[in-house]
Amino acid sequence: MLNFINLISTWAIPAILAFIPLYAYAKKVPVYDSFVDGAKDGFSTAINIIPHLVGMMVAISIFRASGALDYMISWVTPWIKSWGVPGEVLPLGLLRPLTGTGSLAFTTDLIRTYGPDSMIGRIASTIQGSTDTTLYVLTVYFGAVGIRNGRYALKVGLFSDVVGFVAAIAICLLVF
Amino acid sequence: MIHLIWVALICIGFAFAAAQGNIEVVTKAAFDGAATGVTVCFGLISVLVFWMGMMRLAEDGGLLQKISKLLAPIVAFLFPDVPRNHPAMGYILSNMSANLLGLGNAATPMGIKAMQELQTLNPDKQTATPAMCTLLALNTASITLIPTTLIAIRLNYHSAHPAEIVGTTLVATAIATFAAIVADRWYRSRELRRPPANPPSQTALTPQPPQTTATPASSSTAPPVSSPAARRTGITAVQSRDTTWKG
Repeated sequence: MLNFINLISTWAIPAILAFIPLYAYAKKVPVYDSFVDGAKDGFSTAINIIPHLVGMMVAISIFRASGALDYMISWVTPWIKSWGVPGEVLPLGLLRPLTGTGSLAFTTDLIRTYGPDSMIGRIASTIQGSTDTTLYVLTVYFGAVGIRNGRYALKVGLFSDVVGFVAAIAICLLVF
Repeated sequence: MIHLIWVALICIGFAFAAAQGNIEVVTKAAFDGAATGVTVCFGLISVLVFWMGMMRLAEDGGLLQKISKLLAPIVAFLFPDVPRNHPAMGYILSNMSANLLGLGNAATPMGIKAMQELQTLNPDKQTATPAMCTLLALNTASITLIPTTLIAIRLNYHSAHPAEIVGTTLVATAIATFAAIVADRWYRSRELRRPPANPPSQTALTPQPPQTTATPASSSTAPPVSSPAARRTGITAVQSRDTTWKG
């Protein structure tokens, strides 16, 4: 099973890369022109996202650097520890929707400190794998098409983050 | 809500730094954050340029349309207001499969492409459609089959069973995704019931005026969008209008 999964993850991208151009070529598409044409779109999309991402990153960076995030974490930690949950993983729940690289760094640090096969290491790995950087995803996807009013998307995203976080902890405590 | 969170993050940060007497931290953090934002975007350029080129090949070759026709029933359930043959379907599917395989970097360009296609169906270009919200919900819940990055990190720190978290991640991801879909549906139906200022998803069902002129009668059988080239010019028209509006 594990070998099979590894096989898929190493072969998936190369296989797609070979197949798509070949298929298009067989369909008599001017492949190189077509590729370059689409690639141009990618460039302008990346440039269009910059203002959105800068705005979001500035706010998150100020929030973290000021110590506000640390304070929130220290305030909630004893409360969650009383539920039998290792409090060390809690910051991850607050970091994860805000910053992808930040939470990955935090997870790596937890794994390094407590070991990958400790309960903390397992919970952190599961949380990291099962939730996503909601604010970043929202900024990038809506920023790319110029949506200003995201309606209820943020609420749904944050809600599913909370559910994912709680589910990850519960499953790990149950299984391991 | 995004406006509130943005202002709150900045103001709370400001207040905290001020209360602790190191207000100069805010200035540094602000510029650092701006730098990070640009760095991330530049990191995205290579991936976006490359994958969007590939995606255009898949689209022009007809591969995307084939896949989306095959899996249309599943996506039709999640995105009831997107026409079945619309190219957005194909991109939504590739976005979902890339997420499933844990190909994080490859999923983003496809998701953005899907958003751009959904935007062509959007009557109000500044407000998200329900379909866009569903796509975001799926992405923020991040349906993952194989968390490749995490397995790699665990391997790096000499885990005895680096992949033992695959099962737990799968369950947690499934629960989060389910919750996201339910919440999305709940908000969607609530918005439909409320008498809206701008018409809700019903408008997304009827194709856009400039597009209908091409195939008015046969739109049920033929793909709603006649040629990729025509649609592309449609998109650029929208984008240029957006930039002039931004000023």
